[in-house]
Amino acid sequence: MSEETTFFLDGEPIPFTAGQTILQAAHAAGRYIPHLCWHPDYKPHGSCRLCTVSIGGRSVPACATQASEGLEVANRTPELDDARRMLLQMLFVEGNHFCPSCEKSGQCLLQATAYELGMMGPHFDHFYPNRPVDASHPDVLLDFNRCILCSLCEQASARDGKFVFVMGGRGMRGRKVIINSASGRLADTDFALTDRAANVCPVGVILKKRVGFSVPYGQRRYDRAPVSVAQAQEASRE
Amino acid sequence: MNDVRKLRIATTSLAGCFGCHMSLLDIDERLFTLLELVEFDRTPLTDIKRCGACDIGLIEGGVCNAENVHVLREFRKNCKILVAVGACAVNGGLPAQRNHLDLRDILEAVYETEGGLARGAHIPNDPELPLPLNQVHPIHEVVKVDYFLPGCPPSGDAIWKFLSDLIAGRTPTLGHDLLHYD
Amino acid sequence: MDPLDVIDRALAHHHHDGTRLMQILRETQEVLGWLAPETITRIAEGVGWPRAKVEATAAFYSFFHLRPRGDYCLLWSDNIVDQMAGSQALMQRLCEALWLEPGRLSEDGLAFVHTTSDIGMGDQGPALLVNYRTMTRMTPERVDAMAELIRNRAPLASWPAEWFRVEDNLRRTGPLLGEAFAPGTALSAAWARGPEAQLAEIAAAGLRGRGGAGFPTARKWQACRDAPLEAGQTRVVVCNADEGEPGTFKDRVLLNSYADLVFEGMTIAAFTIGARRGFVYLRGEYRYLLEALEATLQRRREQGLLGNGILGRDGFDFDIEIHLGAGAYVCGEESALIESLEGKPGRPRLRPPFPVTKGYLGQPTIVNNVETFACVCRIAEKGAAWFAAIGTAQSTGSKLLSVSGDVAHPGVYEYPFGVSVAEVLEAAGVRNCVQGVQVSGPSGTTLTGEELGRRLCFEDVPTAGALMVFDCTRDMFEVARNFAHFFAHESCGFCTPCRVGTQINARLMDKIAAGRGSQYDLQELPRLHRLLAGTAHCGLGHSAGNPIFETLTKFRPAYERRLKSSDFAPAFDLDAELSQARQMTGREDRAAHLVEE
Repeated sequence: MSEETTFFLDGEPIPFTAGQTILQAAHAAGRYIPHLCWHPDYKPHGSCRLCTVSIGGRSVPACATQASEGLEVANRTPELDDARRMLLQMLFVEGNHFCPSCEKSGQCLLQATAYELGMMGPHFDHFYPNRPVDASHPDVLLDFNRCILCSLCEQASARDGKFVFVMGGRGMRGRKVIINSASGRLADTDFALTDRAANVCPVGVILKKRVGFSVPYGQRRYDRAPVSVAQAQEASRE
Repeated sequence: MNDVRKLRIATTSLAGCFGCHMSLLDIDERLFTLLELVEFDRTPLTDIKRCGACDIGLIEGGVCNAENVHVLREFRKNCKILVAVGACAVNGGLPAQRNHLDLRDILEAVYETEGGLARGAHIPNDPELPLPLNQVHPIHEVVKVDYFLPGCPPSGDAIWKFLSDLIAGRTPTLGHDLLHYD
Repeated sequence: MDPLDVIDRALAHHHHDGTRLMQILRETQEVLGWLAPETITRIAEGVGWPRAKVEATAAFYSFFHLRPRGDYCLLWSDNIVDQMAGSQALMQRLCEALWLEPGRLSEDGLAFVHTTSDIGMGDQGPALLVNYRTMTRMTPERVDAMAELIRNRAPLASWPAEWFRVEDNLRRTGPLLGEAFAPGTALSAAWARGPEAQLAEIAAAGLRGRGGAGFPTARKWQACRDAPLEAGQTRVVVCNADEGEPGTFKDRVLLNSYADLVFEGMTIAAFTIGARRGFVYLRGEYRYLLEALEATLQRRREQGLLGNGILGRDGFDFDIEIHLGAGAYVCGEESALIESLEGKPGRPRLRPPFPVTKGYLGQPTIVNNVETFACVCRIAEKGAAWFAAIGTAQSTGSKLLSVSGDVAHPGVYEYPFGVSVAEVLEAAGVRNCVQGVQVSGPSGTTLTGEELGRRLCFEDVPTAGALMVFDCTRDMFEVARNFAHFFAHESCGFCTPCRVGTQINARLMDKIAAGRGSQYDLQELPRLHRLLAGTAHCGLGHSAGNPIFETLTKFRPAYERRLKSSDFAPAFDLDAELSQARQMTGREDRAAHLVEE
């Protein structure tokens, strides 16, 4: 039996086991730390920086920082939430996020997190990048206008043993998901609807065809409860 | 009750569908309460054509053409507080989904090369018509914006909560039930 | 030669080893000119990697091309000191002579002209890379002659050798470089001491890393030495020769004229921590040094100073490979450098684990600066006490300083730590009054002319060894704008704040430069700096806002005099936003224009 150890998240004790990160332990305890690129089934990526927390005045990503006994972690402070809102605004302006016409609206982690943090507007000037849609595959549509470069599709596809999606390129103009085919088209890969990678996208990039908008407004995942509550409910079922 | 000066509000729709204005009307009987607190200046509801000095300006729609720019500047000049209302004013919305296309190609396709056009159809050049901008812009890229009220449209309840906060001197907050981008 | 043969030869040369992907891509591209989709496919099959992984690496580095780059690829060094020396006008002149636009391959596929981040020739610019060969001291006459040679498709080998000459410009030597060095002497001294005593010697010397952060070298080595090895593993010594910080070029001189000091320092490190494998990560911009460095390594093997049984001692095995980078500043960060060594995009890793416990292929790895290894060599040769007596209490030894910009004698100067900026500038021959000095490149510190009494050492102004000098005629806003674009170009794009924030910074600086800025924008810049410093994934992002924040603090009028309004102004010209509609309708009436407010 492992020894009971705790750290403190905004003053609340959180139990953890050796090797757990702050975010893992908080999630398991039903406590919400904002995050986008982290998923309980995959390795921490640390790219979105939404989970930035403060330990002794030092900012660290909660997804990649090990919990330790007695650690005092500041999470939902006005300063940290302000930084998180700015990060969200950056993500919204670097892509093309038009929620009213997106099938993922209401079930989108980016959108739900922006609601959670009370992001009222984009603040920055929009980049309006030109990112073509890949509709080549019979069952799945790829709309990279909404991509937040979280790498979850890369990790999931690696676990599928297929490497259909790989993060590559550099900087804002170059970094993107590279498709594992010479043509760059999803249809020319061995991607299948049953892949883990088909279900992992937290935003509206990887979309199953012919099922869009099937859940009515008001009943979608994050209509029913804010992300902080929804995740606590999910964690308690796990 | 003290004799408090009514706040003066102006509203307009730029490149929008008037859906946000319809949503304002959706506050239903609360309109009477609102009218006790505010009076309307330029708005489609009053049919006043020019904006005078106002406390609050509500802008629906993005900036898509030259006329939108003129109206937006007039509002900014006259309103102490300017609010971007709805998805189009906030991020360009549906009209901005043309932004990855070249305007020249769009005009050509719509007026000259698409099927179903009358023989000899051409791009209209009447000086009465405002020229479209190369790209659609949300209003905060053209003038300084003080508040954003997102939604497509924001619900009547959201508009009511936002306005009653603003009128009462509170920083408007919507909360989970009222904050939506769609 | 058949393209497939070229690819297969590069694959065979590197034993179809995916960790050697960077070298396979480079050697292939050096012959074929670019990396076509079928080339990527073939290489992926050859190393047994998913195709997308090979493409991901190729797409990351500026010097790999997934589109044709013509027979002549001409990249002008775009650091501010190259610009001050006239690089932009020369590039324009070249483009006009060749009838092409920067950044676009000429119609006939002959030439491609563009800018690239600083190529380490700040003391002899304007400089450029021609098919990744360094050319220095460009003049209008040279540009005209070069254009003529290109139009005639003259091979590079037939171009005047003088154009490719790189001077050391070593203006002042000291304890590190002042005396001749006999290869093997330092290594023998280290051997005589034994590894523990050698490590203690480095600690007693107080040696701190020369890359800028100043981490105690002995502590890093101790951690690596103590890290457990798994079966089949070895410890690894990496020399960080990815000298990418704009304005820095001292490692170039060390590698060109003092390579034995560096290689011997690495070998001493290997002996001290128990490593069998070594790498020099040489930035792609220093491709011209590769053959000479390989020859020096070969000579050292023949001298019994590298390879198996070094110094004739059984079991003292260590060798060094040179790994060429391909145009990515972020690879100067040690974990990004290791990713690159493994054939991957140079993306800084999440830490912990730190490289000293899990570095190259999961093995305990030390990464040290070129100059650090040279210091190690001298410490082994002359002892800790000798070294510790030089410099200041917290910053022992001497420092190589790259001095460029508005000075009469740009070049490399060796000074003991603690020297004042003013003393260095006097030696370098400051021509006019000094407005500002950028210490340690864009990620460093900006000093005003009133701060020249400050001392270069970890106690006062820490430095990786670069001083860029700006006299009173220079525009400090343009200096900062150049740096903002540098970071926007070099951000790896991994984390949100750096990927997007550096772009927003660059756009705001362009907006202000275009006369469209306002106080609103000036308030944005420090906000972005705080976000980058507080939330970015690595040091590049943390410091990307530095030059803007520092110049905005110390040279604020340089920003303010460009502002359009005190309130708010759009980033774009509204009248120009009607240009396409005007063109399509032929209208020029009053309503067809938007007057600026």
